[in-house]
Amino acid sequence: MKISRHFTQEIARVVIGVAAFSTLAVMFWILYQVLREGLPLLHLSFFVEPPREMGRAGGISSTIIGTLALTVVAIVIATPLGVGTAIFLREYTRESRISRVIRFGTDCLAGVPSIIFGLFGFVFFVIFLGMGWSILSGGLTLAAMILPTIICTAEEAIKSIPYSFREVSYGLGGTRWQTIRRVVLPNAFPGILTGVLLGVGRSVGETAAVILTAGSSFLMPDSIFSPIRTMAVHFYILAREGISMEMAYATGAGLIILILIINTVANWLLFRYVHRG
Amino acid sequence: MALSSISVLALIAFFIFEEGLPLMWKVGLQSFLLGDRWFPSKGSFGIFPMIVGSFWVTLGALVVGVPLGLACAIFLCELTSPKVGMVLRPMIQLLAAIPSVIYGFWGLIVLVPLIRNHLGGPGLSILAGSFVLGIMILPTIISISEDSLRALPRIYKEGALSLGATHWQTIWRVLLPAARSGIVASIILGMGRALGETMAMIMILGNAAQMPHSILNSARTLTTNIGIEMGYASGDHRAALFATGVVLFFIIMGLNSLALVISRKGRA
Amino acid sequence: MENQFKIVIRDFEVYYGSAMALKGLNLSIRPSQIFAVLGPARSGKTTLLKSLNRLTDLIFGANHRGQIFIDGQEIYGENVSLPELRRRVGMVFDLPTALPMSIFENIAYGPRLKGIAGRTRLGEIVEASLTAAVLWDEVKDRLHSSALRLSGGQQQRLCIARMLALEPEILMLDEPCSGLDPISTASIERSLMSLKEKYTILLVPHNIQQASRVADRVGFFLGGELIEEGPSEEIFTRPRMKKTEDYISGRFG
Repeated sequence: MKISRHFTQEIARVVIGVAAFSTLAVMFWILYQVLREGLPLLHLSFFVEPPREMGRAGGISSTIIGTLALTVVAIVIATPLGVGTAIFLREYTRESRISRVIRFGTDCLAGVPSIIFGLFGFVFFVIFLGMGWSILSGGLTLAAMILPTIICTAEEAIKSIPYSFREVSYGLGGTRWQTIRRVVLPNAFPGILTGVLLGVGRSVGETAAVILTAGSSFLMPDSIFSPIRTMAVHFYILAREGISMEMAYATGAGLIILILIINTVANWLLFRYVHRG
Repeated sequence: MALSSISVLALIAFFIFEEGLPLMWKVGLQSFLLGDRWFPSKGSFGIFPMIVGSFWVTLGALVVGVPLGLACAIFLCELTSPKVGMVLRPMIQLLAAIPSVIYGFWGLIVLVPLIRNHLGGPGLSILAGSFVLGIMILPTIISISEDSLRALPRIYKEGALSLGATHWQTIWRVLLPAARSGIVASIILGMGRALGETMAMIMILGNAAQMPHSILNSARTLTTNIGIEMGYASGDHRAALFATGVVLFFIIMGLNSLALVISRKGRA
Repeated sequence: MENQFKIVIRDFEVYYGSAMALKGLNLSIRPSQIFAVLGPARSGKTTLLKSLNRLTDLIFGANHRGQIFIDGQEIYGENVSLPELRRRVGMVFDLPTALPMSIFENIAYGPRLKGIAGRTRLGEIVEASLTAAVLWDEVKDRLHSSALRLSGGQQQRLCIARMLALEPEILMLDEPCSGLDPISTASIERSLMSLKEKYTILLVPHNIQQASRVADRVGFFLGGELIEEGPSEEIFTRPRMKKTEDYISGRFG
């Protein structure tokens, strides 16, 4: 008996629907789990006090500072480099050997796993350049990790600016740099900002590379050369060493909320930017 | 300034190789890659158990991630209205941004006890790792596969439907094969992502540096090997971890290049 | 002898890659006149205009032979400042291209590039340019609103004002009225007539009728070559070349 085509179609529909639904359901379950246990534990003192008793008590203030410091260093370094590369690719050259090499390098860099970045950061920044386990080492390593993301989004943003804008600027006597500074960059800004936010999101969640380069001290840092612990690292250590499930849940919830905020802002920007263009 | 990305890549390659290659030479390429004893304190550096561990976990992740990912891609592209898609897609992107340690945590709290109580073994197992990893690579597979399906000329779908095919037949026999190169590329990229994952795997694989014999066994991957021991390794031990990094570097670079080639060929 | 001409073009040719866009061009243009560049599509009209302010330099694969003199100075020579040239030879394109800024900033853009920064000075320039382009009355109360909200005809007059803000010597307009309603077209033609005293104007007209309305002299181009050139009355009533006559009477194009 041949199964009718329409029957197959309905079966397929149901199977796919169920699969899709359950996939999304599991993903949300994961978030829900952590938030359910952790959210109730988030009061102001949690964010303001540093960890005590190896993390069994107190809060996560030093890790928040750590996360912030690391992210700032990474962005400050990666953004000019990334936007500069994108400007070079789009405004100063055409498809040539140089641009192909740069693109190849960027694509490859994007695929390198975080543990390799960690190894690299360790041997290069911590040991070879003598920076030790520090905010600087960690920030520089993270900068390398988010560089491809910034290059990609910046290039897309610059590419989407119509040629006519540039032609008008040149026609009015503008030089290349004036045109870039006054027409291209201001209009590409929202797109570039989205890329930067994506980089921030990545830095906040990164753990492997950070442990190997910024250390894991939960004390308040004194300077850029101090080791620190980020929220993600703190969460990992609490969970793995079994120090305190409560604190782990709370830290995890804080981490998820932070990522949610960053992503929502990035998406809103994207929506508004695409809507405008 | 623009050469920064390629120079960073070169620096990474240089230093990792510089630290790791001498040891590979010293121990011998064959005994490093195929030796199945990892006892750093005794100078024994065979990473075969880790290679096998990586292999099984990645395979398991694909078994979980590919069917579900493709189903979601088809669902988003063909079976729902654009409005629903506009809500779901940012959500999937959001899930991609969740740090791996959170996924690992969930695996530790929920999945590991589940496996331990119902299927036996320590719970910290390849099975747990595969499942969690499969979920982690879903956003990659979904977004790239969906893009490939979307990029197909409408004429494919319209032509098939006008010849009397049902919607599902169109999807199964026309659209999926046409988007094949993009889908394959997404799978390969998912593989690369799975192979590179460290933190979540450390938390739920159990870290036994031995050859696994079943999916309920604990194991280590190339990445977790580095992640666990880097904190206290020195001398030859540390060099061996870098050497593991060299192996990882090659495998992932190879996979990513493969994915790029396939997706470019498909587009042409 | 050459002093009475503003622009002298000698044996000029332009290629895009291996495709020829302008062939063996010899042409002299007098000041304080409207010169219409007439011809069907693909005859090299836009290329001619863009060669005069060297916007063709921006096009990948474009190169040229021959010479162009403006006020006796070779514009493709060494030591020619491109920004300077483009300020002297202003251009308005066929599609209104307002920059995504306020009306004020659009007009002030050119002067700012030149280094003029004072608010009052810029304000004067903006008012003068908008008046010359017959747009001042319509926008004087909303100078700081976005230029993108103007109608097509207003945006095109904005582009003319933007060009005038740099006090150029030569104005080039490439089908400035395409897509505009008859009223906007008429007002732009009126401003051109009033501007021609001060400037040398090259116009690619939208159609033959427009050329006959405003032009003093006409050059007929076909396939990259200048077929015939002369006072507009002569060209329209007693053309010398058959091809010109065919085009004017509508047999092609």
